[in-house]
Amino acid sequence: MNLKKLRGWPLTFLLAAVTGLSVGPFYWLIMAVTRKDTEIFDWPPKLLPGGHLGDNLHRLDQKVGLLRVLGNTLLVAGVQTLGALVVALLAGYAFAKFRFRGRTLLFGLLLSTLVVPEQVMLVPLFKMMMSFGLLDSYQALILPGLCVPFAIFLMRQSLSSLPDELLDAARVDGAGEFRVLWSVVVPVMRPVMAALAIFLFLGSWNQFVWPLIALRSPEMHTLPVALATLHGNQSTTDYGAILSGTALSTLPMMVLFLVLQRQFISGLLAGATKG
Amino acid sequence: MTATAPPAALARKTAPARWRRTALPYLLLAPALITFGVFKAYPIVDSLLLSFTTGSGSATRSAGMANYRRLLDDPLFWTALRNTGEILVVQVPLMLGLALLMAIGINSALVRWRAVWRLGVFMPSVTGLVATGVMFSFLLNTDNGAVNRVLEAVGLSGVDWLGQPFWARMAVVLVLTWHYTGYNAVIYLAGLQSIPRELYEAAMVDGAGPIRRFTAITVPALRPVLLFTVVLSTIGTLQLFDEPYVLTGGGPDNATLTVSMYLYQNGFRYFDFGYASAIAYALTLLVSVLGAVQMRLMGEKDR
Repeated sequence: MNLKKLRGWPLTFLLAAVTGLSVGPFYWLIMAVTRKDTEIFDWPPKLLPGGHLGDNLHRLDQKVGLLRVLGNTLLVAGVQTLGALVVALLAGYAFAKFRFRGRTLLFGLLLSTLVVPEQVMLVPLFKMMMSFGLLDSYQALILPGLCVPFAIFLMRQSLSSLPDELLDAARVDGAGEFRVLWSVVVPVMRPVMAALAIFLFLGSWNQFVWPLIALRSPEMHTLPVALATLHGNQSTTDYGAILSGTALSTLPMMVLFLVLQRQFISGLLAGATKG
Repeated sequence: MTATAPPAALARKTAPARWRRTALPYLLLAPALITFGVFKAYPIVDSLLLSFTTGSGSATRSAGMANYRRLLDDPLFWTALRNTGEILVVQVPLMLGLALLMAIGINSALVRWRAVWRLGVFMPSVTGLVATGVMFSFLLNTDNGAVNRVLEAVGLSGVDWLGQPFWARMAVVLVLTWHYTGYNAVIYLAGLQSIPRELYEAAMVDGAGPIRRFTAITVPALRPVLLFTVVLSTIGTLQLFDEPYVLTGGGPDNATLTVSMYLYQNGFRYFDFGYASAIAYALTLLVSVLGAVQMRLMGEKDR
């Protein structure tokens, strides 16, 4: 028994090293944003935070309008997540619990687009938003993300295992269809929906290509677009500002992840275990 | 949906049932079908049609196969394809191999604090790719970056990560591997934990060594998750955009130009929608063919 425990130590040490490589860059980032520009490349690296976080954030704010950009990102991600969740819940419920004409065909059609790369839709979406006069608007960012075939698929899968008797019992008790959905289906589905919500929110918070294309004016920028623009601008060498933007885009998700690990992991793994 | 009141009080029992059978599912599906039609189905068809046109705006005219012919003769497209292929061929096996080792390590009963390691290695995958790219452009700085400092500290020489064509591609590989390995490891871990312990015990009774146990039990049991991760990472890497855009801007000298970046340049720098759409469909073809081949190769053996 004791010998076995001893044998585990080298492996434990190895995993600690691997974890160090995974987490190390974040630690470096946190230290870097609290220090002066000139200290960022110091070697050996500073292991304790400095007192310059406020300065760095202030300069970032002057460059990109921090509150506005954070607000844009949060608004787009929040509305998109909520919308996609409702769309997926309703559609998944219909596919799982009702028989109707065209059910198989429609479901197949939805799923078939899973193999089409997102890039295929960029040009037509751009043209569409341009003709609607919606370029550079929140709608342009939110609308294309409302129908997520994978989310519908996941909701259908989970709802299939919900016993029909439960729904029928509520109906016999005189509950209308909306009530059945709201007070029977939704409570049971809460864990799956939480996981899915995190998956959608994370994707939306980090989305880049489409916002890069659809947005023009800096005050509409989301965090990734603002960050890439700031970083790509050769004349900006304000490392402190750029890195504090990076931290702002990373750390909230990190904290959310630490608080909601279970939902995160099941959300991101949903595809792997259900597929 | 809230209109649950029956048309007549007498029909209280039958009318809702009928309405449930016919109209309700379509009402429930309406938001999905409308958003699907407008923002998915229509763009997919429109893109295909666009790929047979040239010019822009009102000057758009039919071009037959011209965009596709141009694609085959376009050295830059082939460069992009080669770069994407090289990154793919190095990155996917490297990452999935490491992920499998990590998962086996974390799954070992001998290891302490397994939950901590699982949490730690998963962390990079919740970071956005843009943020990751920015962070690594600092860490991979040739003169002062932490990566080269560490390499020098262990006696190796530093590398001009973002300045040399080959190393720039490897920098993209490195960043992708950092970002996604833990995610794949956690998928494998879930797969490993679903293998019944009795299988291993029985094999040990039969005298199977650790390697035999791995090839005869672990690998077959993991086949579905392995397939999933191989297909997913291949498809993801074929569509690579964010990291090279942020990290290298496609450079140096187009060494990290990917198919998606080339599509973006043609579509949204030169506004050549027809040509960009042709590139998009070439990419779709590539994704479906490679995905199908992998599924055939890996999925069939145990049937």
